[in-house]
Amino acid sequence: MSVAEAFEGKRVIVTGAAGGFGAAIARKFGAAGARVVVADLDEVGARHVAGTIGGAVPVPVDVTSALQIQAMVSTAMEEFGGIDILINNAGTTHRSGPTVDLDVKTFDAQVALNVRSVFLGAKYAVPHMKEGSVIVNTASIAGKRPRPGVVTYNATKGAVLTLTRGLANELAPRIRVNAVCPVAAQTNFMTNAFGDGGLTGDMFDKIVGGIPMGRIAEPDDVASAVLFLSSPRSGFLTGVCLDVDGGRSIQ
Amino acid sequence: MTDFKSSQNGRRVVVTGAASGFGAAIARRFSLSGARVVVTDLDEDGAKQVAAELPGAVAIAVDVTVPEQVQAMINKSVEILGGIDVLVNNAGAAHRVGPMIDLEPEVFDAQFALNLRSVFLGVKYAVPHMPDGSVIVNTASIGGRRPRPGLTVYNAAKGGVITFTRGLAAELAPRIRVCAVNPVGAQTGFIRTSHGVDKLTGETLAAFVNGIPMARLAVPEDVASAVEYLASPEANFLTGVCIDVDGGRSIQ
Repeated sequence: MSVAEAFEGKRVIVTGAAGGFGAAIARKFGAAGARVVVADLDEVGARHVAGTIGGAVPVPVDVTSALQIQAMVSTAMEEFGGIDILINNAGTTHRSGPTVDLDVKTFDAQVALNVRSVFLGAKYAVPHMKEGSVIVNTASIAGKRPRPGVVTYNATKGAVLTLTRGLANELAPRIRVNAVCPVAAQTNFMTNAFGDGGLTGDMFDKIVGGIPMGRIAEPDDVASAVLFLSSPRSGFLTGVCLDVDGGRSIQ
Repeated sequence: MTDFKSSQNGRRVVVTGAASGFGAAIARRFSLSGARVVVTDLDEDGAKQVAAELPGAVAIAVDVTVPEQVQAMINKSVEILGGIDVLVNNAGAAHRVGPMIDLEPEVFDAQFALNLRSVFLGVKYAVPHMPDGSVIVNTASIGGRRPRPGLTVYNAAKGGVITFTRGLAAELAPRIRVCAVNPVGAQTGFIRTSHGVDKLTGETLAAFVNGIPMARLAVPEDVASAVEYLASPEANFLTGVCIDVDGGRSIQ
């Protein structure tokens, strides 16, 4: 079996798919023969990415809104007639800094964007997902091994890990639920965490210095891991939170 | 387009404990993916049988607890293949299930020699022959992360394999990746050594399966798929990863 055979005709929703990890995930599913809903808050970006994937459908969605998630799921059902794979990837970080200086509003927004969004995606999609379907959530290696700077973001990703494992247990053996735990990559995450210039100079060198593989993650690394966890090759794997971290969490 | 039928094309692979169980499935999967495989096992006849099924595969008899034999096996593999791109340290077995305090010190020593020292030996002698971009995958166990009563010493040895995997991954990065798989129980030769029967049945099986959310034991193909993925270019940023092939057993 080839990867293409594994996903031919599969119906996939990817949130946060206008850029970064989500765009790479959507493109990899598309290239493997899947039909993809490219969902993002950035409607223009979602359209652009969907335009590069045969048969893909862009859907604007604010994943913090229950109504909008319901509408996204309805669109997927109308367009594809079912959902086989749900990738809860949308999320981002707050600006790096001391936790005591973080606004209470920012804390609430982080939980809504990074955790509640996963709950909403599962809540509204699962009733439409048949036996053998898969959910994959984008967590973070920092959910397992937090470092100073983005403590609240990391806490939300820790919650995504626990939600992943708890839900895996709840839905087994009918639906598998897994997650990926990426290390940093040059996506919007970097500008959100460190400002317009992203991560450069000494800070960048310091991060790479902590990664045994000697580089940061690429969106394609994450996409490959997501496709593995979604494929029949991993048909016995559930509750697995796979580190895509170049070994960062070892030490 | 990635086609995992050819994802291991021409790669030179050594699998230990490959006459049966996980190892045989791993050898078959690599061969199917285009690799040239050395099938090694203490059971020489079994290794030959598996190798005979696989195009270009070669069988080598080895006792992985003996340094000289591991070294000879690696040297012969290098002679045959011209190098080693993937080493799968899979050989291992459990002791009989029972209270730890009743275990003989000799059994403890044998367990650590078979399950942990064997990984060290494989690595020690193979790494000098492995080019940049090579991969080592070790068969650990979910019992190494989440031990249950009955196989405490076996589980401790597998816990050793997990830490060895992660430590070695840090040591050899970014040149060579080192990962592991953590399977849950399967109906392999393991059952004969742990329970003294060929297959788990009845209440023992039901109790076992009951703890696994995916509602079945592992099968060797589950493990082979995970090993092949970890060794493939798809996973080329992953090192130190010990992936649970446990059907969710470790969640609770």
